[in-house]
Amino acid sequence: MALLRFGADAMPSAIESSEGYWASVWRRLRRDKVAMIAGAVVLALILMAVFAPYIVPADPFSGRMLRRLRPIGTEGYPLGSDELGRDMLSRLIYGARMSLLMGVTPVIIAFGLGSTLGIVAGYLGGWFNTIAMRTIDIFYAFPSVLLAVALSGALGAGLTNALVSLSVVFIPPIARVAESVTTQVRNRDYVEAARASGAPGFTIVRVHVLGNVLGPIFVYATSLISVSMILASGLSFLGLGVRPPEPEWGLMLNTLRTAIYTQPWVAALPGAMIFITSISFNLLSDGLRSAMDVKQ
Amino acid sequence: MSAAAPLDRGGPAQPLLTVRGLVKHFAVKGSLFGAKAMVRAVDGVDFEILKGETLGVVGESGCGKSTTARLLMHLIEPDAGTLIFDGETVGDGGLTMREFRRQVQMVFQDSYASLNPRLTVEASIAFGPQVHGVQARQAVDRAHGLLDRVGLDPSRFAGRYPHELSGGQRQRVNIARALALQPRLLILDEAVSALDKSVEAQVLNLLLDLKEEFGLTYLFISHDLNVVRFMSDRVAVMYLGKMAEIGPAGAVFDKAAHPYSAALTRSMPSMDPDHRTEEAPIAGDPPNPINPPTGCRFHTRCTFAESVCSTRVPALDPVGPEGGPSHLAACLMHEPGSGHSKAEAS
Ligand SMILES: Nc1ncnc2c1ncn2[C@@H]1O[C@H](COP(=O)(O)OP(=O)(O)O)[C@@H](O)[C@H]1O
Ligand code: SF4
Ligand SMILES: [Mg+2]
Repeated sequence: MALLRFGADAMPSAIESSEGYWASVWRRLRRDKVAMIAGAVVLALILMAVFAPYIVPADPFSGRMLRRLRPIGTEGYPLGSDELGRDMLSRLIYGARMSLLMGVTPVIIAFGLGSTLGIVAGYLGGWFNTIAMRTIDIFYAFPSVLLAVALSGALGAGLTNALVSLSVVFIPPIARVAESVTTQVRNRDYVEAARASGAPGFTIVRVHVLGNVLGPIFVYATSLISVSMILASGLSFLGLGVRPPEPEWGLMLNTLRTAIYTQPWVAALPGAMIFITSISFNLLSDGLRSAMDVKQ
Repeated sequence: MSAAAPLDRGGPAQPLLTVRGLVKHFAVKGSLFGAKAMVRAVDGVDFEILKGETLGVVGESGCGKSTTARLLMHLIEPDAGTLIFDGETVGDGGLTMREFRRQVQMVFQDSYASLNPRLTVEASIAFGPQVHGVQARQAVDRAHGLLDRVGLDPSRFAGRYPHELSGGQRQRVNIARALALQPRLLILDEAVSALDKSVEAQVLNLLLDLKEEFGLTYLFISHDLNVVRFMSDRVAVMYLGKMAEIGPAGAVFDKAAHPYSAALTRSMPSMDPDHRTEEAPIAGDPPNPINPPTGCRFHTRCTFAESVCSTRVPALDPVGPEGGPSHLAACLMHEPGSGHSKAEAS
């Protein structure tokens, strides 16, 4: 007891430090069971993708024609085999690599470009805002599926082109969200107070705007990961994205569609993976959004 | 830096801030077919703020008090008007905007909205000095000194975030933040209006102490007439974007020359509960500032209105010998030869 008291009295002038913003977000997120489960699934998927070569039970690229379309639970094929007799489990594990890559990369690129554009337009306002946002609206007016297919088609099939067209598809919605949160923040009194102190615009954006807008934009962007994955699968399904024999869930869904009557469960597996992954990203993003709500 | 700019350049008689012909109209969507209409928020306002005084500004909500404050701070660009700070024109080769902004600071009504939720209290206060070239270490020291001065123990409060403070504590932080640039003029726009009565009194007393200690001049905006009377040396009354009356607080509150100020002060809830009146001050709502009444803007609600009031715009002139030259009002009854039956014939 005496020691404890001494310890407490020894530093009376130490500055009391408060829980920072991100620490409080993490504290609230941790209490959200759904978000934590979704986060665990996402983490598992990422680990699965990273360590795919070490955990697959069989070669995902070579199959035996004699063992095509085996049902789930077959000896040596825990999740059955596909139309070329390749092990489904191994292909699904490998597929996580491409699917996550195509889900996350376009969103990261679009987050970088879209939020820069939106924040600048939102902070500057005026004619720059009008021109930038009206241009964005033209792209935004197209349904995203149509835009992705049209761009991919124009650029030609292939992984890089698919990633580029998906990135372009996501810039307008992210820029719009960035512009609207920045416009709100820019009119807050603390930004006015910073302007009243004579600070240059760049300093105000760096110190007072970014910290308050990047969070909401980031949360919105994470909700697009599932959309990106599904669009990427769609592009692969149409033959515009990843090419065979590369395992990718959308492409697998495509090639297995002829087996939908003979092995419906096996044929549905890639779809189930897409569903589980996208719903996990969405639930995590939802949880993040409520954890970041400042009203506490 | 304050050594370079001598305090009181023009001597005590030189007004600290002279405002001439200030105009701001906002373009808004009109109701019919989205046509553009103009809100005449501030429509030709002149006044002076004297060194070391507290000039109170009163008027109904929407009369243009906040817009005036934001124009003085150059947070919005005026359509017209000149500011002269201690004898130097602001902008146009005179005092630079940056230096003017250091000399004039503002405290806003909403104590929470005016602090960045992601910054600690000390970071918010130290931001301004750092912008003006003070080293981070010194800026933080200055922040701690100011926290202490506004009654918040720096060892307990410097590292806190705005949401961890009460409204009164936050407003003390906002005052410290405004003082961090060592300004000469502090604009307080409804700075205590959102606080509980007991907290309000403490903050008002703090403001009086700070004014004394740092030799500050206040522009004190509030819709609460009792608070304005308590704080102010002189009072300006605004109506629909124009100055109705300006003069020594005692004269405006007790011998109001403009019928609008008279009605406002008559409706003032008395501090003495036995003399509280429930009488409604002025009939009706203020007219729309998009199409303000012609002539005297108050004629639609004025009990002394005559036909001349709807055609002739009253000038802001001295009220008369007993009011003294510092007491001005914009009413035709005080304008000799205006044609109003109560005016002297010239
Ligand atoms: N940014 C703006 N855009 C359009 N109208 C505005 C804007 N700011 C203020 N106004 C209008 O100007 C008038 C004066 O407002 P304000 O100065 O806030 O009044 P007060 O502070 O006296 O209540 C009001 O009619 C208000 O609606
Ligand atoms: S000018 Fe006429 S309407 Fe205006 S305040 Fe004087 S008497 Fe009333
Ligand atoms: Mg106001």
